[in-house]
Amino acid sequence: MDLHLRDAAPTEAERAAIDGLLEPASADLQPAPGGAHARAQRHLLLPALQAVSDAVGWVSEGALNEICRRLTVPPADAHGVLSFYALLSDRPRPARVAHVCDDLACQTAGAEELAGDLEAQLGPAGVASDDGTATWERSPCLGLCDRAPAVWAQRAGEPDAVAAPALADDVRTLLDGGKPPAPPPASRSVPQADDSAGGDLPMLRRVGRVDPESLDAYRAAGGFEVLRRAVDLGPDGVLRELTDSELAGRGGAAFPTGVKWRAVATAAVRPHYVVANADESEPGTFKDRVVLEQDPFAFIEAMIIAGYTTGSERGYVYLRGEYPLALARLDSAIAQCRDRGLLGADVLGAGFAFDLEVRRGAGAYICGEETALIESIEGKRGEPRNKPPFPTQVGLFGQPTAVNNVETLVAILDVLARGGPEYAARGSPRSSGTKLFCVSGCVARPGLYEVEFGVTVAELLELAGGIADGGELQAILLGGAAGTFLRPEQIDLPLTFEDAREAKQALGSGVVMVFDDRVDLPAMLQRIAAFFRDESCGQCVPCRVGTVRQEESLARLVAGGDPVVEVGLLDELARVMADASICGLGHTAPSALRSAIDQQLVPWGRHDQADGEEAR
Amino acid sequence: MSAVLVGLPKRLVTVEVDGQSVRVPEGQTLLEALRGQGVATPTLCYLENLAPVNACRVCVVEVAGQRTLAPACSRPVEEGMVVATDSPRVRHSRKMVLELLASSVDLSLADDEIKGWMATYGVAPERYGPPAPPAAAGERDRRRAGHHEPPDGSVAATVAQPVKIQDDLYVRDYSKCILCYKCVEACGEDAQNTFAIAVAGRGFDARIATEFDVELPDSACVYCGNCVGVCPTGALMPKSEWDLRQSGQWRPDDQQVTETICSFCGVGCPLELTVQDNRIVRVDSPLDHDITRGHLCVKGRFGFEHVQH
Amino acid sequence: MFGAGGGTTSYEEVEQTDLVILWGSNARETHPIFFHHVLQAIHRGARLHVVDPRRTSSAAWADSWLGLEVGSDIALANAVGREILAQGLHNRTFIERATTGFEEYAAAVEPYTLKEAERQTGVPAEQIAELAHTYATADRAVLCWTLGITEHHNAVDNVRALINLALLTGHVGRFGSGLSPLRGQNNVQGGGDMGAIPNKLPGFVDVTDDVERARFETAYGTALPPERGWHLSQMFDAMEQGALRTLYVLGENPADSEADAGHARALLSGLDHLVVQDIFLTRTAELADVVLPAAADWCESEGTVTNSERRVQRLRKALDPPGQARPDLEILADVAARLGHDWRPVTAEGVWDELRSLSRMHGGMSYARLDEHRGLRWPCPDEDHPGTQFLHARLWEQPRQGPPAAFAAVEFVPPLDVVDEDYPLRLTTGRRLDSYNTGVQSGGFASPMRKRRESLLLAPEDGRRLDLADGEVVRVVSRRGHIDAPVAFDRALRPGLAFATLHTASELDTNVLTNDAWDPKSGTAEFKATAIRVEKRGAEQPGRDPLAEPTGGAFGPAPA
Repeated sequence: MDLHLRDAAPTEAERAAIDGLLEPASADLQPAPGGAHARAQRHLLLPALQAVSDAVGWVSEGALNEICRRLTVPPADAHGVLSFYALLSDRPRPARVAHVCDDLACQTAGAEELAGDLEAQLGPAGVASDDGTATWERSPCLGLCDRAPAVWAQRAGEPDAVAAPALADDVRTLLDGGKPPAPPPASRSVPQADDSAGGDLPMLRRVGRVDPESLDAYRAAGGFEVLRRAVDLGPDGVLRELTDSELAGRGGAAFPTGVKWRAVATAAVRPHYVVANADESEPGTFKDRVVLEQDPFAFIEAMIIAGYTTGSERGYVYLRGEYPLALARLDSAIAQCRDRGLLGADVLGAGFAFDLEVRRGAGAYICGEETALIESIEGKRGEPRNKPPFPTQVGLFGQPTAVNNVETLVAILDVLARGGPEYAARGSPRSSGTKLFCVSGCVARPGLYEVEFGVTVAELLELAGGIADGGELQAILLGGAAGTFLRPEQIDLPLTFEDAREAKQALGSGVVMVFDDRVDLPAMLQRIAAFFRDESCGQCVPCRVGTVRQEESLARLVAGGDPVVEVGLLDELARVMADASICGLGHTAPSALRSAIDQQLVPWGRHDQADGEEAR
Repeated sequence: MSAVLVGLPKRLVTVEVDGQSVRVPEGQTLLEALRGQGVATPTLCYLENLAPVNACRVCVVEVAGQRTLAPACSRPVEEGMVVATDSPRVRHSRKMVLELLASSVDLSLADDEIKGWMATYGVAPERYGPPAPPAAAGERDRRRAGHHEPPDGSVAATVAQPVKIQDDLYVRDYSKCILCYKCVEACGEDAQNTFAIAVAGRGFDARIATEFDVELPDSACVYCGNCVGVCPTGALMPKSEWDLRQSGQWRPDDQQVTETICSFCGVGCPLELTVQDNRIVRVDSPLDHDITRGHLCVKGRFGFEHVQH
Repeated sequence: MFGAGGGTTSYEEVEQTDLVILWGSNARETHPIFFHHVLQAIHRGARLHVVDPRRTSSAAWADSWLGLEVGSDIALANAVGREILAQGLHNRTFIERATTGFEEYAAAVEPYTLKEAERQTGVPAEQIAELAHTYATADRAVLCWTLGITEHHNAVDNVRALINLALLTGHVGRFGSGLSPLRGQNNVQGGGDMGAIPNKLPGFVDVTDDVERARFETAYGTALPPERGWHLSQMFDAMEQGALRTLYVLGENPADSEADAGHARALLSGLDHLVVQDIFLTRTAELADVVLPAAADWCESEGTVTNSERRVQRLRKALDPPGQARPDLEILADVAARLGHDWRPVTAEGVWDELRSLSRMHGGMSYARLDEHRGLRWPCPDEDHPGTQFLHARLWEQPRQGPPAAFAAVEFVPPLDVVDEDYPLRLTTGRRLDSYNTGVQSGGFASPMRKRRESLLLAPEDGRRLDLADGEVVRVVSRRGHIDAPVAFDRALRPGLAFATLHTASELDTNVLTNDAWDPKSGTAEFKATAIRVEKRGAEQPGRDPLAEPTGGAFGPAPA
């Protein structure tokens, strides 16, 4: 296309970062060729922006120009993408940025104290250090709730690093370029791994027992036998087992996986794609991170099966940008699988091709929404699409696409290992199999737990060691920031999709966040409201403005505003967001707040909705 | 002589609209079907000559059996669909969408139809509190995704900011921008394909911007004015119109619109000349004309100075 | 085409086609809204090939840009034809049923091998072959051209060479397949349709056809000359020879727009009597004995214009003309009255109704119907006729209706103005998006895109070779004259190629340089191919190195 670029050249470092990823610039200085070839490069935009950001910490106009010239993307369009993602910066930023989680779980574990220490030692958030090389910022949930309080450091020119649980000294070490503390043993994240029954867990049995960095170790533990079985079954056989298993997606929507895969497998249009949604950003959720860090080969095996079954030769993993260890282990595992012919032109010598590419998120909760995720892979702003059409019809690059959550994929290994009917026999009648729950907050043993559907909240709490430090249970947040609150007297609720629905609760992605009586619940609600205000993509009015008005109204309420007026207003806002937003983010943005009010967990209680009714 | 058949004749499907059974062509959107039935439906981000972005959500209707409301502008009709256009849920969502916009954006120049809908639904933007003071020039363009100052609830956040005048042809008053995406679509794939502007930032801080907010003459802009042509709220305006409005001389009652053909190249684009006091004060093109679909080039839209006297 | 001069296809078809070839056309800037239709086709998956010496903004959208030497179009077209034949990709059925002259054509293109064409055109052989294959195998294809084809000494042959390709492949006369000359001005098409060409009466009736001419003579009540008149280039020749002494110019500015403008101005100044009817006091009007101030047709009077898809559309009056300016029609009627023929009162609709009573292809186009249908495409012979979206469907009928379409064997003859040691650079001309022709209409508005003085654009490599800095004023010399102008550098130009617009003669008097050698068949001058040299003038002037990296824009600094 006829690009118009301004006079701004990249630095040598920026150019080198771009050269490492993109085709070299043509020697004759002519702009990149136009036409279909050039337009097909667009999906490399986000990786190119990340490459520059990884190298120098931000994306200058010169770097953006060079990327635009190579990819034939208009600069305004590219800047729209650049400015959408919180982990990228369009203005100079220190090379090292510590992202200090101040979200819900970390709040219960001293996040404010940590932030206070950092402010005292390093100055206010967002202000660069004296030498200009470092700063710290507050961050939404980093998916490390099992090890709260958590810090993740973005470090240009060197590997990103995590400190969790973090002390101010750890943060200073990361900001000085020092080595991050060694990660705790796997059992810190999966307490069941230390229990005697840990080796029998269908999904988590290898955690802490099988080296996640060794393909041989995975194979020795029975790895890739399920893939063999899948190939023996053939795509139709796999679909039959999946349908029989009644497996429902674990990302939050609980859509039947067999139906989704069948839709893609039978779509006439080619090519097909499979995409793993590993952009785990729901506050309180860390299950996919743990699985990818501790058992990456199992995930890859499941992706290969997904590709084989749906007739896709290419799979993408959209991995949350804040997960450096998961990225390293996944990259290493993919490389080993390629070396051994488990990925590539002829997988296992079984006559089908499949390969995987990892794409990193760049700081946008909305990209966990499947169509926003697809847009992001395509190199665009992570704005959700209107549905229908669904991704199984028109997905990645406009082609039929199966988007699955990491946990769902790993569960498929269990389905195929046992057989669909046997899988369906476990769990509850309407929720088959086992489920991963992310237990965090005020419990003695926070971590990832695998239990059969039907276990009650109380049983899960007990597994997690009960309330820590002698506190009294105040409330439990199920499903994350987009979820609902459970009152203490409701903890006998069985954890199944159907029981949750009945109780007007949401299992969502499996968050079980426990708040004891010392937690300032209104402050938690304000954190949730701020989260949605920050994470709304801005595309549709109900969510873009609604999340702002919700946060304002809540601020008035907390400051002593008229509960009748404000609760009425919040209810009206909740209804338009839930009814008229484009995507799930807007639909659920008022969910937790509304639930807390409805359950009378907060002082403003539930009032008669005279205003709201009148508006109808 | 050549009669050409492009595509097959459309099948008809039966849809129930507000209790009435109607037959409409398959492939139509609900909005097209509703308009065909004479059911008035508010729209903001929809325009006949652009692909629906369904971002504003003011056209939502209730489709039986669906958890959420559906945007009429982009939802295709299906056999047996049961649609309510005036249910309590629909009325509430439409009211709230208009109210949320009115509380955050200057809608003073929105068209009468929009103002009519606001009256119909009883929009009361003042209940969100007094508007926050306008942002300083460029401040909104510097906001970062994922960060914002926590509000205290005493004022209602708005998009108010100073007007951008960077050349002799356009005025960009983003205090009036409802982020309908129309200008971006017209500058982009739906018409001009210049992509001089895009949505930048995120959430409430999302805004229409050039790269790094560079001034328009330094950007890729080719001044086709197609963004101006599609703006529904007067956020984008020809400077000729803006100047008259500023001086109080913009008098719609004294204006005539005449359709003629552009005098420049041989494409033959239809022009709608708005004339006041024997001067051209604005040039547009009919949205439903198959040559332009409402879109022009810089010469057609602004190249009329040679007849101003 | 094949009898009536008009594009065979429509804009809608361009959107629905599978391949668009822009040959000698920078439609992105010169026909922006037509290019919108091309863009829609591209978004639907169509391919675009652009043939142009410059890597234009249109070429920037292309899947393939064929950057040929200026004026080598016939060599390229013939090589494409030969390759199609060599690969057996020609449409034998269509050729047999609908055409004549195929054997001669095939023989004529035989010497134009890919290798030979690469030598003649500078386009790599594989790109020529790719174009041949893509065009021949496309289900639908539209071939468009503009002044890059017609402003040459051999303009008609250029056009014939392209038509040959359509005949060879059958890409004409079907929905989505056709030939589309994009008209440079808003009523070039209409002017020709109305008989404002030396050999035709309205509706493309040949003046030498006694039977047809008699219809017009009866209607007009006067005898019409039975022989063809002069076209513009012949008029200037006639001025030179003293055979033309009085000239009445309506809405033209030949003192700026003619090639070899210095010479043209001298001839205009030497006339016995020059009348200029225009909306402005143009450079030509300044030379006139009588100036008749005219209203602007497009908004100050009534009438019709015809666009590049043969669509007749109505002009409507929106403004009162200033001062003494009056519509052309009224002025002409007054002049006629003074000459003893009082047609008054005249109305645009009355004149149009007379026209359509004589021109069969306009017969069904009443003002009411033009309003109702938002214009109609000719032919539209009667008031029940819907107009014609594309021409020559008859060629596909079995058996064929009407006369066959003729191949024309044409030979490549390089531009007459030869590039040599003394004049080593090839200058070509064109328009920019925000400007139009000599700037009479477009000069008036404040385009933010005009950021600097009109400049001679050179390839950065030539700038470095000649030791020139951006903005440096140089002397530009052709075999006809010289001008002083600043230079700018443009990566769209290959070494050896220079570019200038005709928009602002006061800043860059380009036509002082251009060659008035004209095509004997069309009368169009060779605006597109001038040999020049650039001379450095005096003291060093500061500026940036032309090859400094990067120069921001894909096309280097803004040209003007």
